Amino acid sequence: MSLFNVFNISGSAMSAQSQRLNAVASNLANADSATSANGTPYKSKQVVFSAVPSNSPAVSGVKVKQVIEDQSPAKVLYDPKHPLADDKGYVTMPNVNVTEEMVNMISASRAYQNNVETMNAAKAMLMKTLTIGQ
Amino acid sequence: MLNKLDAAFSFHETALRVRSQRQELIAGNIANADTPNYKARDIDFKTAMTQAMAAQAQPSKQNISGLDKTATGHMNGMGGGNSYAGPNEPLFRPIIQGSVDGNSVDMDVERNQFVDNGLRYEASINMINGQIKKMLSAIQGQ
Repeated sequence: MSLFNVFNISGSAMSAQSQRLNAVASNLANADSATSANGTPYKSKQVVFSAVPSNSPAVSGVKVKQVIEDQSPAKVLYDPKHPLADDKGYVTMPNVNVTEEMVNMISASRAYQNNVETMNAAKAMLMKTLTIGQ
Repeated sequence: MLNKLDAAFSFHETALRVRSQRQELIAGNIANADTPNYKARDIDFKTAMTQAMAAQAQPSKQNISGLDKTATGHMNGMGGGNSYAGPNEPLFRPIIQGSVDGNSVDMDVERNQFVDNGLRYEASINMINGQIKKMLSAIQGQ
């Protein structure tokens, strides 16, 4: 029954989008973390989506293939009073682009909503199918 | 007798099956709206429906019961209901507005088609319901 597979597909997309939202939350929370467990500034995390085959051929679900660390250059801030400042007074800050992350957040939550609606529509269709002959 | 009832309902039954497969495809497109290099896919409903009806008209071509035939005397079965194996390979949607990540899902198109397909599915259900009511009133003779 194809319509049941819609739940799997939309569900996979919802879980992938929520992982993306998770990465955004981590990036925004650590936008000012000048140091981390390994002593270096926090690096922005990005998820990479990939289509995965589902139960039926030609229809694909989504999964997060990997979480990559953004390789863009770190922000450098002039703050001589900062304990982590180098001898010239500069502090290396995380390479999180807050504007980009906000856009990412809106995009992820809209995509999530789209999949919720897809699932609701499939549910409504199945409920209607159950009333055949009544 | 039952065979005839089956035949009476088979058109809309096939339509429902093709519609639900299409719904699944479009759901897959919506799910992959952010996947790099994903190409949106869809089936041409008319072609898929024609194929499904043709497959139903010649049920003997394939072993529709899904059971293994272990002796030469075993028959293929005559029912038409499950003979539809799905449309041929889905097609790719033409790109209206390209994107940098190679994804060809246009959310406006997909949402539009999703709702349209869902409504037509419900229309088919209503028509099946009407047919069943008609049959019931014919059987009861009231």
